[in-house]
Amino acid sequence: MLDISGIRRLQFDVLVIGAGGAGLSAAIAASQEEGVRVGLVCKSLLGKAHTVMAEGGMAAALGNVDDRDDWKIHFRDTMRGGKMLNNWKMAEIHAKNAPARVRELEHWGAVFDRTKDGLINQRNFGGHRYPRLAHVGDRTGLEMIRTLQDHGIHQGIDIQMECTALDILKDKDGKVSGIVCMYRETGEFIVFETKTLIFATGGAGKSWEVTSNSWEYTGDGYGMAYEAGAELIDMEFNQFHPTGMVWPPSVKGILVTEGVRGEGGILKNSEGKRFMFDYIPEKFANETADTEEEAARWLQGDKSARRPPELLTRDVVARAINTEVKAGRGSVHGGAYLDIATQRSAEDIKRKLPSMYHQFKVLAELDITKEPMEVGPTCHYFMGGIKVDAETSMTNVDGLFACGEAAGGMHGANRLGGNSLSDLLVFGNLSGVEAAKYARKLKSIPKSDDEDIKRIIKSATSILNREKGNNPYLIHEDLQKNMQYNVGIIRTKNEITDGIERIEKMKDEFKEVKAAGTSQFNPGWHEALALRNLLISSEAVAKSALLREESRGAHTREDFPEEKKDWLEYNIINKKGKNGKMDTIKEKRGNPDTELKRIANSSIEELEKEVKLDHEKLMTKI
Amino acid sequence: MSLRNFKIYRGDDERGELVSYQCEVTEGMVVLDVIHRIQADQANDLACRWNCKAGKCGSCSIEINGKPRLGCMTRMNEFEEDKTIVITPLKSFPVIKDIVTDVSWNYKQNEEITPFSPSEKSKKKDFVMMQKDVERVQEFRKCIECYLCQNMCHVIRDNEGKKDFSGPRFMARLASLEMHPMDEADRIEDVKEKHGSGMCNITRCCTEVCPEEIQITDDAIIPLKERVVDRFYDPVMMLFRKIFDKKERQKTKSKVSSFLKMFF
Repeated sequence: MLDISGIRRLQFDVLVIGAGGAGLSAAIAASQEEGVRVGLVCKSLLGKAHTVMAEGGMAAALGNVDDRDDWKIHFRDTMRGGKMLNNWKMAEIHAKNAPARVRELEHWGAVFDRTKDGLINQRNFGGHRYPRLAHVGDRTGLEMIRTLQDHGIHQGIDIQMECTALDILKDKDGKVSGIVCMYRETGEFIVFETKTLIFATGGAGKSWEVTSNSWEYTGDGYGMAYEAGAELIDMEFNQFHPTGMVWPPSVKGILVTEGVRGEGGILKNSEGKRFMFDYIPEKFANETADTEEEAARWLQGDKSARRPPELLTRDVVARAINTEVKAGRGSVHGGAYLDIATQRSAEDIKRKLPSMYHQFKVLAELDITKEPMEVGPTCHYFMGGIKVDAETSMTNVDGLFACGEAAGGMHGANRLGGNSLSDLLVFGNLSGVEAAKYARKLKSIPKSDDEDIKRIIKSATSILNREKGNNPYLIHEDLQKNMQYNVGIIRTKNEITDGIERIEKMKDEFKEVKAAGTSQFNPGWHEALALRNLLISSEAVAKSALLREESRGAHTREDFPEEKKDWLEYNIINKKGKNGKMDTIKEKRGNPDTELKRIANSSIEELEKEVKLDHEKLMTKI
Repeated sequence: MSLRNFKIYRGDDERGELVSYQCEVTEGMVVLDVIHRIQADQANDLACRWNCKAGKCGSCSIEINGKPRLGCMTRMNEFEEDKTIVITPLKSFPVIKDIVTDVSWNYKQNEEITPFSPSEKSKKKDFVMMQKDVERVQEFRKCIECYLCQNMCHVIRDNEGKKDFSGPRFMARLASLEMHPMDEADRIEDVKEKHGSGMCNITRCCTEVCPEEIQITDDAIIPLKERVVDRFYDPVMMLFRKIFDKKERQKTKSKVSSFLKMFF
């Protein structure tokens, strides 16, 4: 029998899993509560999480560049971008709180690019009515994570680096009581006993072959939360970023920031045609330029001109590129041409987009100040995730919270660029505050069952101890191919069904997975441990995608090409059923607050008038 | 496509050897791709760190043919086809396994630095800072903490130096704080005593290996050294400090320095 008496145990009130923007924000917020012991667990070294890859900026209605901006307009943009499927309350909390969180980041040492007046500068981005993204060149994510890291290390947080979480522990009443983890360096297991867990574990972008995500994005949070009885929501909405690198093959999928288009970059096909003018959805026709001349005026700062069609929402642009390539009008290596060289001076490009310049120069041997880039869709972000209460970020499991990409609901069917970094700050903070509050109400840490600890450790070590078995890398490659071809950007019933069957087979193969070598820093073993979570995430995506018989936002069904009104009434939920199998259910959405509904459905002219009055009233008060 | 030869360090801090591998190299591949290919096909347990694969996170720092580089930003086509490529861990830090090293010493250095400290009053309003005044600071904030500079610095490479010098990475961090227009803390004594700015003798090895091309020596270390000199070794400044309080001193410092430079 497995003896666990020698296993180290540490106690916390709030334990955050994941140290990207959301996790760090959550840990910092929780640590401000007196007497609350806060821990932070990360799979990588601190400061390396995927947040560093975020480039364009964080959306907040600061109104520094265009003072017509307001939370109401940001909220409306977010809802329309999300095809009205967003959790209304979350979208409201996000838009209202983002400016304060961005200012707080500046107070902690972030050095944003400035306006002429010395305020935080803001740039244009897809789907945002005004220049709204606070940014630092094209390395905003790095600025954000470094600021949070440098501030966070002085807040008394116990940071556990290169530590993988395996599974959640609960007491006999079903409350969170801890989590079993493993140090990657040594293979040593550790039990963290805690009153609350905050999952800031990111998405599962590593389920696809062409992805902007790093090895960490294996849906650990989804897998563990699902196994513990939490619900996953909106998993069919997977954002394919329209512009990933397509050449050379080794860098296929690496992100090319939307900032390129925000700074004036245009998309062309192999015939040299600026094709986005042909793909303007009716809903956005009023707010989008229909001639190159008008788009050019907008870029010059003419406030009466409408936005260029390259800045339509990501789902629209990704589908357009896909259609062009399929019609035989793709670039040499099967993408579209993204041209900034003819739109901006070389000096401007190097100043505004330094890391893009560097990335293409080194990885593709291409000078973006002289030649167009080749780009194509790449899996980028999970709109869906662990279902949480909008006002507390708690899941249906007592003591389990989730925030950032790991949580679902805020972005609906499609996320606007720039809304992720602000989401990390707003809901990271909220979940930290709420978890600390919850923890203070509990007298002691709920008691875990030793048998659960043994079971979790045994299932991890059996992968090493097996005599022989399947190669985890190969199962992962199969899964990525399967998701790419069967549950990709454009989906049909037959392909998804095929995809689900294959996932079932891979689940069987996973039962016999084997990692060679010892438990010390063994990537093969780590890969195998992540596979369970990748498989759960992929199954949830595929099953939800099959059930949602419409096309909405990032979810495109070739066999149901239209948005359907009745589907707006439902979210899709995945949870573990009594028989141990995944249940995929349609859940009726609650009625929105009438005021929020009114704002989201206002015409832009009406809402701009209303905001103008609001701002005037505010001025007279001051 | 061609079959190329590699030698990769396998082992830990005490025992290890260079193991030979062969790998198919195709167009556009970088050294990190080769490591991944070998890991997937031939050595599942080969330990390596990586994250973003685009030169933005600074995880895959290794030595390639003895030079500190990022594996993800080193293209295979810069090496001659018939030459064996040798991949080893960073020399300045203890090996955990294979090409993964223990870089925790760097995290400890950062904890020792007084964090950003704006005044409470300034936080009540939006910060007003001009672009030209933050550009210097932004240059240092490009740092991806790959620690290649730390690895290359001969003071740190010689293990004894670690107790006296925080290294170029943290000189750049200190400079970014000292030059931040809204920061109110005074770290000059720490720069000298705790972080050991005097240990650097300006050989510029750190600057040469920085993948972000930050001018660590010229823009961070030398200005910090100058501030230390102004504070501790300048007799006229010492007299001024006796006369004026700290706040006054900050206002007059630059005037006095430029005045002094006319004579020395």
